[in-house]
Amino acid sequence: MVTLLEATGVSRSFGGVKALAGCSLSVEKGSITGLIGPNGSGKTTLFNVMTGYVKPDSGTVFFDGHDVTNARPNKIFALGVGRTFQLTRIFARITVIENMLVATQRDESWLRGLTRSKSSKSELDAAMEWLDFVGLSQLASLQAGSLSYGQRKLLELAYVLVADPDVILLDEPAGGVNLTLINEISDKILALNRDGKTFLIVEHNMEFVMKICHKVTVMHQGCDLVTGTPEEVRSNPAVLDAYLGSSDDEMEDATNG
Amino acid sequence: MSKVKPSFWGLGLAALVVFPLIVTNPTWTTIGVFSLLFMACATSWNMFSGYSGYVSLGTGIFYGCGAYTMALVSEHAHMAGGEAQFWLVPLAGLVAMVVAVPVGAIALRVRRHTFVVITIALFFVFQLLAINASFTGGAAGISLPLIPWLFNYYNLPFYYVALGVVIFATLLSAAVRRSRFGLQLLAIRDDEDRALGLGVRVTAVKLTGFTLSAFAIGMSGALYAMFVGQIYPQFVFDPNFDITVALMAFLGGFGTLLGPLLGGLILEASQQYLTLYFSNSSLYLILFGVLFLLVILFMPQGIVPAVSKLWAGRGAKRDRESTAETVTNTAKGTVVEPTPAGAKP
Repeated sequence: MVTLLEATGVSRSFGGVKALAGCSLSVEKGSITGLIGPNGSGKTTLFNVMTGYVKPDSGTVFFDGHDVTNARPNKIFALGVGRTFQLTRIFARITVIENMLVATQRDESWLRGLTRSKSSKSELDAAMEWLDFVGLSQLASLQAGSLSYGQRKLLELAYVLVADPDVILLDEPAGGVNLTLINEISDKILALNRDGKTFLIVEHNMEFVMKICHKVTVMHQGCDLVTGTPEEVRSNPAVLDAYLGSSDDEMEDATNG
Repeated sequence: MSKVKPSFWGLGLAALVVFPLIVTNPTWTTIGVFSLLFMACATSWNMFSGYSGYVSLGTGIFYGCGAYTMALVSEHAHMAGGEAQFWLVPLAGLVAMVVAVPVGAIALRVRRHTFVVITIALFFVFQLLAINASFTGGAAGISLPLIPWLFNYYNLPFYYVALGVVIFATLLSAAVRRSRFGLQLLAIRDDEDRALGLGVRVTAVKLTGFTLSAFAIGMSGALYAMFVGQIYPQFVFDPNFDITVALMAFLGGFGTLLGPLLGGLILEASQQYLTLYFSNSSLYLILFGVLFLLVILFMPQGIVPAVSKLWAGRGAKRDRESTAETVTNTAKGTVVEPTPAGAKP
């Protein structure tokens, strides 16, 4: 399989805290890769480095043959890496459909934005199609700020999808949403994956991770600890130690699967 | 954005066009000219600050640069006072835009309160330059060539040129709101980092918006200089101007198209009127305090959003067969931003 997104030896410190200490991660084309680890193990920082929000102190990030180590977020997005945030971020004071349209431009020159209208027919159609896909098309003309938390999660997923990225990084897609919606989200991810989309998912819900991921990387103290299939990871003693070492009760989840 | 009916806009424009033909008293047309200048400035300010959420208090930089462009070019080109000077108005706008590029490049590196403070600081840099630089005539200011127009006619050309600037600023603001560029500004207002992650070139978009908004403000400054015939650095680079323009937009409705026009008209017209008729009493300051208190208490988003919400609510009450939820009202309810304006810096 071809590696689509790859971080090699990435380090990053915030003051005295080493959030990442030589972490490596590779995401194969067409796969769903899970990224798990105790709280504070550097998962979100790694996401931020890979999407250009945080510059690494050392190490490299490659996407599809491009060195994107120090690229700006808009550049990385234009190349085809979309992401969602752990704390869902939408544009609250514009409508749902306008939220979708913000993402449609991808590599348009900024001057072009001045001379063109907000949306073309094809962009509007594509936006509505994706809203339909996540089940929000009824709410298209509402202010996005009036959506519920779960709806915001779906909207965030939809507007990342509208730009047709090759790989999508999801930061806790199942966090804080109910079981029905979790299943709905995992179904959507699996359906998109069948159509060729690659995913990298940070998630604390082990059931969710074990169900949909082809490969899982476990992070611990800023390093990648183990990489393997969900079964391998689940039975790996080093993983259990990592979770036992933290004060979380996530060990239970990890072992019970 | 604005669902105000076209007929309303037409009516408003018609009223502004015929005003100086009906009310020929120069006192009133003078008030008219000043009001139009402020309407243009508030609209143009709102086109960047209202859409992007970057509240700039450095507006006076562009007004002052526009005024000095008019004064200095008229002086050095030995122009005779008269219609020909109006050609300098767009030039002054362009000069203001050129000035806006480095000012924006510095100020837009930071956000929110820091941005506000930086714009104020840069404003005072320009004010000091105007007072101390040799080519500006210093604190004594500059006299512009005398315009030999008759007393009764004098205000009329200014009024219509200023109206032209207002129309230009409004059309530009509306066009920006409809463009992809405007959508990007709104996205920046709501969550700049998220917009960046969706491919919006935030730095370029912000700087473009900031620069564009300087154009009409520079033109207004030039008209002001020509209209009053003598400029002083502390009056064209006036910190009160910075605040007044922002307040006009907030009063009328931050981020709306109609709001700054209304805010500019109400505030400037009433201020001019009150200073004229109750001069030296500062009564207008007390009245303004009361007005702002009322607006903040009862319509924190500004007049236009509050009124249109009321209007939408009334419409919904009228055809209540469908048990429409309040949510749909807000969706129908036009210009409104549902979060209180108090949430903004």
